[in-house]
Amino acid sequence: MTQPPFVSIEQLSVDFRTRNGIVRALDKVELSIKKGETLGIVGESGSGKSVTAYTLIGLLDAAGRVAGGSAMFDGMTMTGASESQLRDLRGREISMIFQNPRGALNPIRPVGKQIEDVLLRHARASRQNARAKAIEMLQQVRIVEPEKRYWSFPFELSGGMCQRVMIAIALACDPRLLIADEPTTGLDVTTQKATMDLIRDLTRERNMAVILITHDLGMAAAYADRIIVMQQGQVVETADVKTLFTRPAHDYTKKLIAASPGPYSELDDLTAVTNGPADAKRPRRVSAADPGQQAAAAANKFLLEVIDLVKEYPHRQKQGWQWPWSKPDDADSGFRAVDGISFQIKRGESLGLVGESGCGKSTTSSIIARLLDPTSGDIIFNGQNLTTFRADQFAHQPQRSLIQMVFQDPTESLNPRYTALDAIAEPLKRLKKITAATEIKQRVEKMADLVGLPQHLLTRFPHQLSGGQKARVGIARAIAVDPLLLILDEPTSALDVSVQAVVLQLLDQLKTELGMSYLFVSHDLNVVRLLCERVIVMNRGKIVEQGLADEVLRNPKQEYTRILVDSIPHFEPDNL
Amino acid sequence: MKRFLNHFFYVMSENPVTVFAFSLFILIILTALFGPWLAPYDPLATQAANALQPPSLQHWFGTDHLGRDVFSRVIVATRLDLGIALSAVALSFFIGSALGSAAGFWGGWTDRIIGRLSDTIMAFPLFVLAMGIVSALGNSVENIIYATAIINLPFYARVARAETNVRRNAGYVMAARLSGSSDLRILATQVFPNCLPPMMVQISLNMGWAILNAAGLSFIGLGVRPPDAEWGIMVAEGATYIVSGEWWLALFPGAALMLAVFCFNLIGDGLRDLVDPLRRT
Repeated sequence: MTQPPFVSIEQLSVDFRTRNGIVRALDKVELSIKKGETLGIVGESGSGKSVTAYTLIGLLDAAGRVAGGSAMFDGMTMTGASESQLRDLRGREISMIFQNPRGALNPIRPVGKQIEDVLLRHARASRQNARAKAIEMLQQVRIVEPEKRYWSFPFELSGGMCQRVMIAIALACDPRLLIADEPTTGLDVTTQKATMDLIRDLTRERNMAVILITHDLGMAAAYADRIIVMQQGQVVETADVKTLFTRPAHDYTKKLIAASPGPYSELDDLTAVTNGPADAKRPRRVSAADPGQQAAAAANKFLLEVIDLVKEYPHRQKQGWQWPWSKPDDADSGFRAVDGISFQIKRGESLGLVGESGCGKSTTSSIIARLLDPTSGDIIFNGQNLTTFRADQFAHQPQRSLIQMVFQDPTESLNPRYTALDAIAEPLKRLKKITAATEIKQRVEKMADLVGLPQHLLTRFPHQLSGGQKARVGIARAIAVDPLLLILDEPTSALDVSVQAVVLQLLDQLKTELGMSYLFVSHDLNVVRLLCERVIVMNRGKIVEQGLADEVLRNPKQEYTRILVDSIPHFEPDNL
Repeated sequence: MKRFLNHFFYVMSENPVTVFAFSLFILIILTALFGPWLAPYDPLATQAANALQPPSLQHWFGTDHLGRDVFSRVIVATRLDLGIALSAVALSFFIGSALGSAAGFWGGWTDRIIGRLSDTIMAFPLFVLAMGIVSALGNSVENIIYATAIINLPFYARVARAETNVRRNAGYVMAARLSGSSDLRILATQVFPNCLPPMMVQISLNMGWAILNAAGLSFIGLGVRPPDAEWGIMVAEGATYIVSGEWWLALFPGAALMLAVFCFNLIGDGLRDLVDPLRRT
């Protein structure tokens, strides 16, 4: 007689009630997990991976309803269980790590107390020893000085530390199943690696089963034993890691694998569906500009020259009113977000700016886009020094239209009250001073064609568009005024991999068609490499390393760059 | 326009309470517009022989101490009360939200000055301010409107400041800056419209409050003066007769007041849903 699997989901269907009728979020999902196994659930946004996990622990949204099938946990049916039964299971038997660790922690309670709460709730500790146990948990998740951190509030901890506390809470009662829902989104790559290694070590020690929900195939490959691929509420493929990456059976899996950039993939490969891993790589596209462009470049060597740029933020205590008897700040002049960097961009060239959050790359790009004033330094753009104009007056300068920017979050960068047409028309009205409605409409339609946005979508509001479509609107808006330099601030980090692939190709194509220069800001060296010839690695406001993109990625000279490159999870089928 | 109508009907169909609130609102507006024609009697005509009659078929709400028909007076008073409330709220909305969004958008000294100013106003009792204004400028309805508007200013300023503050560094604001828009244009076309949904809730709650304020001020004899029909005065006049058993004098204008305030409090959520683009699909 075979033992029933530890977790099994059979024929599970879930419906959601929405304004436009009932939407089927899960359609006959089947999966099972053995004890101590790590199952990766991979899929793009909206594929139903989170809904599967939420249904399993009975945390389905009020609009959702189980329409059929069942979810079993260790012989117990979870889909029909009462709320009190489920409440007892959550935390003790099954626990969960959420996407946004800072948001999942109570902001006004010391983190140690929050660990204690779980221990006390499930009677794993008494009032007397709860504190000792909580400190022990903090120690286990490798937090330095656990006694001190016990009293820290979430806002005093970094994102990675918060996620460690979340892990401590999740593991406090020795659950047998851990659900990690995109546990590292929003964390830096190096933090991501540390966090994932920690989860793996701790769960192996305790022989726990793990469901790892992620959109990142590289991460699933590195940390899961078995992977299921979901698409539109259906499981399209289930396989162990090696089989999945060497012999993907379903077209969608192939598409996903192709779209995830690795250290050796080419831009064209991203959307090409190949059968199995392609062994013969096509030659790298010629990165040298054609002769005509070279001549132009020689005539005016640099499009942008940044010389010794510094941005300093004053210390917080110095702002506002102070007690007359409070001690003045020690002599230091403030925090240097950007600390004396210099670089150049040639005409038609793409430069990548890589670094972790807080390294000053976004500050640099904002200064170059003239949204921020530098503390000192010069920006020579097209032969003119831009730092002579103040940032809040730059809107009226003729150079405004020549430097444009594409933002990180396509949703957040579009005004929710403006239709796609209004959004793209805005810079045309302001900078090109076009007033005739018909001409604007024509121009906008031309732009929409250029970025591959279907024209009937132009009347829609941002929330009615998909992530990729919003990204296209953002790009169309930026290129509508014919800029010479386009600053791309992590333009794809909020997008699914397959959409990212298409957007990257679009950017590459636009660059050759329109002859723009790019400053591509990103934390992902693999992505930067696809689009840029040269790359600059930044850390703590300084340039750590610069050189040709391939060179830096494959033979990093600095220790920091090497850690950065190593931390990116990627799958190499041959090494599995 | 068609889009808006569709959206309107969707919001209505989603929430029966909103339908109720909007119908009540329309009823109140109609009463305010056509009150003088709807009223069966002249609200000012005294009939000494008919004084203090209890509710009957001729006089639904009875008659007051001068023999005036309470029903007619309640209906006719709608226009005055609604007028005071609307103009006071409109005034404080425009001035308050302009100040508040300026404070939230530019921060720094602008914020500090406007913030302290609104704190000061907030700490000032309405009735004292109203008495001050009335004694300085004379007892008229306009002055009561100004007093109510000034007292309500800080609430709009605060909501607008908070809403603007979280949006001033939003991606679309940066994008507008790149599009060559000036600060003022960004504030007016990008930031402020997105602050409207929470402001709408504030407006509707404030409308009810403003009606109560107007009634309260006329209760103590400021603003509207007898013999004009106004709910607050009617309650004030009727209050003296409750002891002797003539309850209808105070009850019916009081009920009308309550109904109007109730309606405005309910309508807030519906209004927010109407102006929020995210509710559209």
